[in-house]
Amino acid sequence: MKPIVLQNARIVDPSRDMDEIGCVVIAAGKIITAGNNAHNQGIPDGATVLNLRGHAVFPGLVDARVFVGEPGHHETIVSASYAAVAGGVTSFIMMPDTKPVIDNAALVEYVLRMAKEIALVNVHPAAALTKGMAGQEITDFGLLSKVGAVAFSEGKKTISNANTMRLAMIYARDFDMPIMHETQDTALVGNGVMNAGLMASWLGLSGIPREAEVIPLERDLRLAALTGVHYHAAQLSTAMSVEAMQRAKDSMDKVSAGVSINHLILNETDVGEYRTFFRLSPPLRVEEDRLAMISALRDGIVDIIVSSHDPQDIDAKSLPFADAKDGAAGLETLLAAALRLYHENLVPLKTLVQALSTKPAKLFRLDAGTLKPGANADLVIVNLENPWVVELDMLHSHSKNSTFEKTSFQGRVITTMVAGKTVYSCGLKEIGNVSKR
Amino acid sequence: MTKNNHYPIFPYRHLLGMRGLSKSDIITLLDRANASVSVSQQKDVKRSVLYNRIQINLFFEVSTRTQSSFEIAGRRLGANVVNMPVDNSSVKKGETLIDTAMTLNAMDPDILVIRHSSAGAAALLARKVSCSVINAGDGAHEHPTQALLDALTIRRTKGYIQGLTIAICGDILHSRVARSNIFSLNTLGANVRVVAPSTLLPTGIEDMGVEIFHSIEPGIKDADVIMMLRLQRERMTGVFVPSVREYFHFFGLDCEKLKKAKKDCIVMHPGPMNRGVEISSAVADGPQSVIQTQVEMGVIMRMAIMEALLDSRNRNALGDKI
Repeated sequence: MKPIVLQNARIVDPSRDMDEIGCVVIAAGKIITAGNNAHNQGIPDGATVLNLRGHAVFPGLVDARVFVGEPGHHETIVSASYAAVAGGVTSFIMMPDTKPVIDNAALVEYVLRMAKEIALVNVHPAAALTKGMAGQEITDFGLLSKVGAVAFSEGKKTISNANTMRLAMIYARDFDMPIMHETQDTALVGNGVMNAGLMASWLGLSGIPREAEVIPLERDLRLAALTGVHYHAAQLSTAMSVEAMQRAKDSMDKVSAGVSINHLILNETDVGEYRTFFRLSPPLRVEEDRLAMISALRDGIVDIIVSSHDPQDIDAKSLPFADAKDGAAGLETLLAAALRLYHENLVPLKTLVQALSTKPAKLFRLDAGTLKPGANADLVIVNLENPWVVELDMLHSHSKNSTFEKTSFQGRVITTMVAGKTVYSCGLKEIGNVSKR
Repeated sequence: MTKNNHYPIFPYRHLLGMRGLSKSDIITLLDRANASVSVSQQKDVKRSVLYNRIQINLFFEVSTRTQSSFEIAGRRLGANVVNMPVDNSSVKKGETLIDTAMTLNAMDPDILVIRHSSAGAAALLARKVSCSVINAGDGAHEHPTQALLDALTIRRTKGYIQGLTIAICGDILHSRVARSNIFSLNTLGANVRVVAPSTLLPTGIEDMGVEIFHSIEPGIKDADVIMMLRLQRERMTGVFVPSVREYFHFFGLDCEKLKKAKKDCIVMHPGPMNRGVEISSAVADGPQSVIQTQVEMGVIMRMAIMEALLDSRNRNALGDKI
């Protein structure tokens, strides 16, 4: 592979606190150098040189919450990886909610082998916390981590038994492995299908109170304090959850939290007249909650942004709202949607890239999220200004239900590289004078 | 049809809910119904507004009175009424609502009346068919024809609605009748109260423009109209309400409690009633009860609604669906 030089790039690399115009040199799948000072280091022989004319270069995005149906159905590892690269995502953590559930070492190895052979991106499986995700017996944490599971998670489920959770945390601590948990109290959720409030009441839909999220979250945070495990709250959606997380962070180092892009951009009014594409778990909340999530992201109370990519068959969405399934595709629109926060001056660009790439890589100890010399050349070239409209038929996911259908975004992925290889390109030729030496 | 042209156009293709209708939309429908009361009461006058038109009743939930009411309304207007028996049809065999809608649409009906246990089902159907859809109840969402027949009953009994104090008592949480009526009566200028234990009130009720009471006696004090709602048997024991006995004590209506209301207060119930649970027989069958009038107005109101929908279609005056 020929060396590649990206000139006149706006390099945003939170791992080195960098946001500057500079040059990126890639050879043999690694970053040789990236930054302003790289301009002086000369161009390697035979390199392909691209003038990015000020377009941005970020470390490739790391999405810590992706649902893939393989083994099983819906999205495959391949289709998800196409969606990922189109959205600038170069690594993702795959949730264990598959059929069968990823709860043993053989399945982790199978996923890793499959991904290595056929996926365009780095796929890291999270293994189930309990066998069959039944919430009873913990899985082989040691063996699972040895073969490559990066975290333990119950996927969309919540462990209701506090003692099971306590023991899982203690045992995970021995192997220094993170627990990634979504908190939804099953009884309080009941048959709820959207945020509890006036809007649900007028629509005649059962509501999910905010307390359904924060009560098990507070339980988990107390147990995390007791056990000292690295606890990661997979998806927060309410202002009160942010308060709970802030209190926990005041006294603990090893707790972290994520928020889905949907909860940063949308609120319950997007459900409108029973639009099932906006049926998500946790449900979209009110505007005050959305603003609280944005502040929490800016202030570092919430560490990472996830896509919660979980496309559903169209048949599962073409139903009355209460009968439809939760979930939406999100990989491809993750970056563009996040850039809206930058364009609206709500979150600085470096903080966004940190939450989309550097921080998740650090939390789950993935070899990603940085452009420092010697790192894998996983990166994304972004036109920060390019306006575009999301059309469902342009999505690469198998199931094309997106919460951002027909949404106008500003900023789009031009090229995605994994280990120095271009795995996605949309108009790279137009942006730069491709010259060879 | 030309004789109806003096009514303002009802500007929608469908009737899916009261929410979204303006005061004048509601009054148009009530005026149409009111004008035809005397005509409707003459049994031998069969009108031909829906002559040769096809009306399909698609009831996914069992209903005797609403379905019969729609059927009689359609027949009196000259329509060919088809009742789709959902129990033994392909729906039971796993056909989705949208498939059913597409199939029915291919048969080119003019009016589709749907009742379904899921909120939003009527709206979903309406997006897929080219005829007019009337929501005859969707989950806990809306039951607009009930709200309209209730308004018609009140208007014909009291002469007006503006300024009346109307108490809606019972299971507000699960009631589509309550939601449609809260919206409709508020729009028409009534003072709406709800009377229920908090377990049977929806979240955000305080922002729905109503006054809230947790006991029937203060709730119906000086009321002009009392609307009792049915409490489903399975909700009477357990988490929502501890027992029938306790419920009747605080929320049931009997002659003694009725004295708290105005002397000329009327008592309504959408049916079917649980005698002795939410309402005593003496009240249900007493002089202040207009429950039978409601049933009668039901047919007339539904005739007027179908006429209005068809009329606006014929006059090519379609607006957006609601």
